[in-house]
Amino acid sequence: MATTIDLTQNHFELFGLPKSFAVDAARLDRRYLELQREVHPDRFATAPDSEKRLSMQRTTLLNEAYRILKSPLSRARYLVELAGLDAGMETNTAMPAAFLAEQMEWREALEEAADPSALDGLEQRLSKELKSRYAAIEAEFDRHDNVAAVSSLRQLMFLERLREDIAEARERMET
Amino acid sequence: MALLQISEPGESPAPHERRIAIGIDLGTTNSLVATVRNSIAGVLNGEDGHALLPSIVRYLPGGEVHVGYAAQAEQARDPRNTILSVKRFMGRGLKDVAYPENSPYDFVDAPGMVQLRTAAGVKSPVEVSAEILRVLRRRAERALLGGSNTELYGAVITVPAYFDEAQRQATKDAAKLAGLNVMRLLNEPTAAAIAYGLDNAAEGVYAVFDLGGGTFDISILRLTRGVFEVLATGGDSALGGDDFDHRLFCWVIEKAKLAPLSPEDTRLLLTHSRQVKEHLSAHAQAHFHARLASGETVNLVVTQEDFWDMTRTLVAKTLGPAKKALRDAGLTAGDVKGVVMVGGATRMPHVQRAVGELFGQDPLNNLDPDKVVALGAAIQANALAGNRSSEEDWLLLDVIPLSLGIETMGGLVEKIIPRNSTIPIAKAQEFTTFKDGQSAMAVHVVQGEREVVSDCRSLARFELRGLPPMAAGAARIRVTFQVDADGLLSVSAREQSSGVEAAVAVKPSYGLADDEITRMLKDSFDHAKDDVHTRALREQQVEAERMREAVAAALASDADLLSAEERAEIDRVLAELVAAAAGSDHRAIKAAIEKANRVTGPFAERRMDRSIKRGLAGKSLEKI
Repeated sequence: MATTIDLTQNHFELFGLPKSFAVDAARLDRRYLELQREVHPDRFATAPDSEKRLSMQRTTLLNEAYRILKSPLSRARYLVELAGLDAGMETNTAMPAAFLAEQMEWREALEEAADPSALDGLEQRLSKELKSRYAAIEAEFDRHDNVAAVSSLRQLMFLERLREDIAEARERMET
Repeated sequence: MALLQISEPGESPAPHERRIAIGIDLGTTNSLVATVRNSIAGVLNGEDGHALLPSIVRYLPGGEVHVGYAAQAEQARDPRNTILSVKRFMGRGLKDVAYPENSPYDFVDAPGMVQLRTAAGVKSPVEVSAEILRVLRRRAERALLGGSNTELYGAVITVPAYFDEAQRQATKDAAKLAGLNVMRLLNEPTAAAIAYGLDNAAEGVYAVFDLGGGTFDISILRLTRGVFEVLATGGDSALGGDDFDHRLFCWVIEKAKLAPLSPEDTRLLLTHSRQVKEHLSAHAQAHFHARLASGETVNLVVTQEDFWDMTRTLVAKTLGPAKKALRDAGLTAGDVKGVVMVGGATRMPHVQRAVGELFGQDPLNNLDPDKVVALGAAIQANALAGNRSSEEDWLLLDVIPLSLGIETMGGLVEKIIPRNSTIPIAKAQEFTTFKDGQSAMAVHVVQGEREVVSDCRSLARFELRGLPPMAAGAARIRVTFQVDADGLLSVSAREQSSGVEAAVAVKPSYGLADDEITRMLKDSFDHAKDDVHTRALREQQVEAERMREAVAAALASDADLLSAEERAEIDRVLAELVAAAAGSDHRAIKAAIEKANRVTGPFAERRMDRSIKRGLAGKSLEKI
């Protein structure tokens, strides 16, 4: 059994990536597939049970690590966790009033969207908003301003949730 | 199979070390068996020289069973005892069966899975499928083992990607009944992608559009240097070529103004419908000509336009899941490099056209849509048997098609593993107790996309017992879901502070114990809106009940902290709360809960002060 996956490594170390918000997506994908080739249970279909078990543990970890690093939101959350901070999503204090007012406005726009093109418009606006916010959180992580990053992260969670709700609204329109 | 033909001497295991493994496509209409020999995948023909085995089983009085063409030949003469498309009944109750009134069968509404009364007794779909598998097993043994003493090492059997656990378990049971060792159930579109991808050395994102006799799957895969990564999958496990036959059948009955039909005439017209449908794939029109048992004749001309018109909605039903799969993969149609068409029903021109429009490109038809799934299964079987040579260096990363979760208070579903997660996967989530001193917690494992438990499929139930007495919400129960590379789910629960544990390997039962075959998936999308309302309502009702119980318990022990006036006020808001919870307006319930919270706030503070004092005095907090 190859020893390329150490169960104590953090997810960035697992993929040989620097611990930062910005990740080289191509490198992440490439390394993921390389590791899969080494550890996947189908490679050990006829191996002894102990190896099968190891292979399964490692692949489970690999899949989880990839999923977390692949999406910017879960990556940000993971970085906050690694910094030893409690993202404290449930217990934390109130959101800035301006942000909440903005949320109300987004929600109203979603409720009023009557056709797919209205959703398209909303989605484009949201993508732009997300892009600039992810750029901001990247800068916060880079200058190790974790307090600011936690606050940005909490706002990003609202916005990503909104993106899911837009997709659900689209699904309802299609059926 | 370009990539599979090279075999360096000494690279493959020597012939006597090779394990004989087969791939089986157990289809709605036809079934096949294939294997890899000398690094080349090929289908095995029967003694009659045909590769396809019609998935038809005829039961004769006295116990004789005919399978395949022999059964097909008698289908119109003996419709009750000749079972077609049994795959549509696997793991399904009678209420899930599409248009039973237009089927020639004598259904028995057994709990869990529908059964069929035949001349040889009542048969379950599992038994019928096993007859088909048995014929394929014998075919493989004759071709591959000769008269030697060796045995088949194992089989990979394909299933629609969108099959749920009950349907998968039924398939496994059928294989076991037929004496096969199932190494893995492989998703049909994935099998097709493996065969297509290896054969064409394909790279990039591909969609596999698989419309078979009874099921529809859409899978989006990324192919990167021999790694087949399933990004998303979707479909409809009750949509296929049979439904197109049925639309034509109904059209004919209406046009020809036919009286209710005998089983014989039903089968006759269904068979004609299928033939006319196939003819219309290559011709502008067809003659529907049949002579019924009464001597009455049906004589109609059907044009392509007629047929496309009557089946337009069926084609449209494939497009929603296709768009959804793209979205789940985080891609758009423009990212898809090729659309591989699989399944006999994709031969229909209007299906081809709709798929072409959706993806903005002509679909790929350069493979045999009937055989490609069996070939892919054989290639995977060969690999799992440990026979692959270094040239066969490919890997499959598959996903679970449906979300897995547990039931929470109020009959709601908390998803633990979302659909389209790459397996193997493990996920844990913490839950807590609902009542003070609760000593056990029931864990109900469900599968599906809906938010309400009764709309999802129940997979397993177990109990975590022996929890130490704690206040409601104080216990921390970690529920872990693990799905291995074979797609098998195991669930465990552990209370974190006491270490109390319970676990179950999930094997869905559809037998006498479990009559909860639900309508679920197919209407998953239609009900998204209802779900949101139902969910909100139940959440508030649960919350209201929790509130009422907590206040009642507090009053029982500490009512002396209240003045008569305060007590009356609390009783009044509680009555309001109960009244609101009995209604169906979740906002009203929420308002009543907030009011009760406000009114009981000072009481709660006084109770807390008292309990702290008692605690300091060395008394047990549990007694308060």
